[in-house]
Amino acid sequence: MSLIEPLQNASEDALAEGVQASSRRGFVRANLLGNKQAIFGLAVLAVFLFLAVFGPWIEPYDPLAKTGPVYAPPSSAHWLGTDDFGADMLSLVIAGSRVSLGVGFFAAVVAMVIGGSVGVLSGFFGGKTDTFLMRITDYVLVIPDIPLMIIAAALFGRSLTNIIIIIGIIYWTSTARLIRAQVIAVRERVYVKRARALGAGNSRIVFKHVLPQVAPLLIANTVLMVAVAIFAETYITFLGLGDPSTISWGRLIENAFNGEATINNAWWAIAPPGICVTIVILALTMVGQSVEDGLNPRLKVGHLSVRRFRLRPLNGKLNSG
Amino acid sequence: MSSERPGDRTGRVLSAAHSGGPLLEVEDLVTRYQISRGLWGTVARQPKLAVSAVSGVSFEVREGEMMALVGESGCGKTSTAQTVVRMVQHESGSIRFRGTEIGTLSPKELRAFRREIQIIYQDPYESLDPRFTVRDTIEEPLRVHKTVSGAAERERVVRDAMERAGLTPPELFLDRYPHELSGGQRQRTAIAAALALGPKLLIADEPVSMLDVSVRAGILQLLDGLRKGGMGVLMITHDLSTAAHFADRIAVMYLGRIVEEGPARDVVRNPQHPYTKALVSVVPKRDPDDRTVPQILTGETPNPVHLPSGCRFHPRCPVAEDRCTTIDPQLRDVAGAERGHRAACVLV
Amino acid sequence: MIAVEDLHVWFDLPDGKELHAVQGVSFQLQEGSRLGLVGESGCGKTTTILAMMGLLPPTASVSGKVLLDGVDILERGEESVSPHRWNDIAMVFQGAMNAFNPVRTVGEQIAEPMKLHKSASGREADARVRELLELVGIPGDRASRYPHEFSGGMRQRAAIAMALACAPKVLLADEPTTALDVMVQAQILELLVDLTGTLGKELGMSMVLVTHDLPVVAQVCDLAAVMYAGEIVEMSGISAVYHQPMHPYTRMLFAATPDLFGDDEVLSIPGTPPRLDREITGCAFRPRCDSALGVCETVRPARRLGSPGHEARCHLNDPAIAQAGS
Repeated sequence: MSLIEPLQNASEDALAEGVQASSRRGFVRANLLGNKQAIFGLAVLAVFLFLAVFGPWIEPYDPLAKTGPVYAPPSSAHWLGTDDFGADMLSLVIAGSRVSLGVGFFAAVVAMVIGGSVGVLSGFFGGKTDTFLMRITDYVLVIPDIPLMIIAAALFGRSLTNIIIIIGIIYWTSTARLIRAQVIAVRERVYVKRARALGAGNSRIVFKHVLPQVAPLLIANTVLMVAVAIFAETYITFLGLGDPSTISWGRLIENAFNGEATINNAWWAIAPPGICVTIVILALTMVGQSVEDGLNPRLKVGHLSVRRFRLRPLNGKLNSG
Repeated sequence: MSSERPGDRTGRVLSAAHSGGPLLEVEDLVTRYQISRGLWGTVARQPKLAVSAVSGVSFEVREGEMMALVGESGCGKTSTAQTVVRMVQHESGSIRFRGTEIGTLSPKELRAFRREIQIIYQDPYESLDPRFTVRDTIEEPLRVHKTVSGAAERERVVRDAMERAGLTPPELFLDRYPHELSGGQRQRTAIAAALALGPKLLIADEPVSMLDVSVRAGILQLLDGLRKGGMGVLMITHDLSTAAHFADRIAVMYLGRIVEEGPARDVVRNPQHPYTKALVSVVPKRDPDDRTVPQILTGETPNPVHLPSGCRFHPRCPVAEDRCTTIDPQLRDVAGAERGHRAACVLV
Repeated sequence: MIAVEDLHVWFDLPDGKELHAVQGVSFQLQEGSRLGLVGESGCGKTTTILAMMGLLPPTASVSGKVLLDGVDILERGEESVSPHRWNDIAMVFQGAMNAFNPVRTVGEQIAEPMKLHKSASGREADARVRELLELVGIPGDRASRYPHEFSGGMRQRAAIAMALACAPKVLLADEPTTALDVMVQAQILELLVDLTGTLGKELGMSMVLVTHDLPVVAQVCDLAAVMYAGEIVEMSGISAVYHQPMHPYTRMLFAATPDLFGDDEVLSIPGTPPRLDREITGCAFRPRCDSALGVCETVRPARRLGSPGHEARCHLNDPAIAQAGS
């Protein structure tokens, strides 16, 4: 290294005032907090998360106890009425949020881990690894969800853990394809080539250069996946394949159906859990999409597409020779 | 020597003569890429096609010398560089670095040489990880090769590399992200990262073509200073003017071959090969009153999948003769030119 | 024939501030002349020509005049620009050669502006497309080919043909040769020279060539305008700009450009251009200038005429100031 003498005069342009620093947190602020859709989604999620976590302290009654007449309509005592057993619907919906959100979250994490790993390995190594993993992905992708869930529930039993794993195993494929495409793009970036030319090994390149670059996309995808998983849990349970010992929104709907709530005109037994599922899925989709939009500037409108510049009279203070 | 400036030609010739032993010797290098036949091609069992990116290239870079590989896109200059750093596998030929054949080394054995040969890429907007600060970027090679131990020592090496790359004072830049740097500063960061390992040979692939005119000279002077310090520099460029100003020697490539090679000044002022002559004539001159009629070749460089017979340049050559379609000329010394000036043309 | 008078362009920034991208640009272009607009990236050269076409986004606001044969086409905004766009002023966009739609033939795409502006249709348009392709040096029967069947140089020729579709009076070319090899660059520049200028083959078009490459301007244009920080800091006939630059920036820009046969040292210009989202006091180039005076810090230099037709914005050309400074 002593071969090289220090250079003078070379740093003139380096000394210059640099480009203005914009904070790294700017991304979150600009894309989530600056976006009404995302704020709304986050607020809704916060409410449901609060209900799920602090449920036992909020629930007005014990959700498993008979606290009123069968199918009592909403009243001041039972805001959302009671079900076919006489249990308080509001308490049941709050209790159900815990399982529904929990299953949704953990199933999405399972999908993220499997899909993320397959996507990264497939995209990064390419070649035979890619062909092999993508073949498997394709097979899983074409298996119809519901029959598989029915078979799996029948085979492995109807526990909550099994439901989480089944949902995770069915829904990782889209994540894998998405991440693979992104990894292929990152792999071809010059800075990854440069790291390789430096002598960096695969694990370093994957963990230091590739993963951080795809992480935001993976997170956005996971948020969207939570919505899919909550929906899946709801219909699995509705089909009678859920864990019989837990209360979830899907089970409430199933219960109401089995208890002939529709014949009894007890809309309050079936609508609230359904509405909750819809709202949570909507909120998750809003948040997930806002993150995705922020990540993909190409989704924003091209600026030449609208040619409506404004004219402005020149105010006198400009000295325009 | 200390008074030597980029434009100081007498000094340059001296320094070239005084430069050290050969650092990189490339001999008869051949690199071909297989191209996909597509579904129909595979089904119909069409013969596999290959692009001859580099077909028999020989040159050397000595210590303290800047060698420029010049040519249009598709001429194989970047493939040559990629092959030399073993990012692309060559088909035949030898690559010797300080006397050791590195063309046949396994990836593991190659690691030691990766420290000695560093490459700088064209696009400083692309070649830095957007999530790495300047410090992270320059430290990375040190962490990969574990050449220094201890945070204090690492900090010292990083700062030293930054100072040599002209990123001074280092405190101002250490914690910045690439998007907080100008183009010139980014390229200096890439150079600093390359310098951190103390390489003997620097390969610069179009180091200034993405930068603003006003900062280009600074980067080129930086490379020139490194050369004077004893480093060998292999510069890949399409810009003949830059090569003429900063390189000691120029090799002009056309379709995977070196068609002319020699001392930079001599190649530009006294071009021998018809392709070099045409290339020199179409470079726009700075002086508006010097509007010589450029000798514009028609068409574009042909596809390196279907190479012309004989001399590869003959279909576009303004002075081609019948024999050019059959004779594949080799590089030969040009009579009456400076020593080391060679051209591959039957008419020379 | 075409004149720009005191053109200003501002862009709204997300943080509520404004970026004053073009700060009072004025120039005139006679029929058949070629003006080279040069400067570093971000100096406002592309914004200037986009404003001349009225092709600015809704975040932009514009003031000033663009006079086409004495008529201000910016007067009523989009409404008054659109009849002239492509019919009188056409543009070869930066990277246009890579902006062709891959699933439509080149001919269809060249015919598109004619159909949009109802200047030709059907068979007439087809004939015109062939004619245009021949004009830019592509055999007319290639009109039915797709963009991927064209080489880079040919796609750039096709992009030029598209700009010529409605026989404009002024051609604006934004970095038309930047991504091309020198040999193809020479071919394209030769074509642009053939198409424009007083000896223009067909149209007698004038051209504004935007580029960062001084030698290209030196070889192609009659006039050169050097832009810095949104202003034209020097403008004159190309020969005078090269031989007697009135602005230090022009001189330093030439010195930073290596010449194939030149032996002089190539010098970078220290520093970077100023930010345009805050008001500049004094001369915008002062922090990078090698001959700045005290007055440069406080007073913004006005446009000053040297020899006829040679203007610059630099205090050094003010005899009173220059004397006091030395």
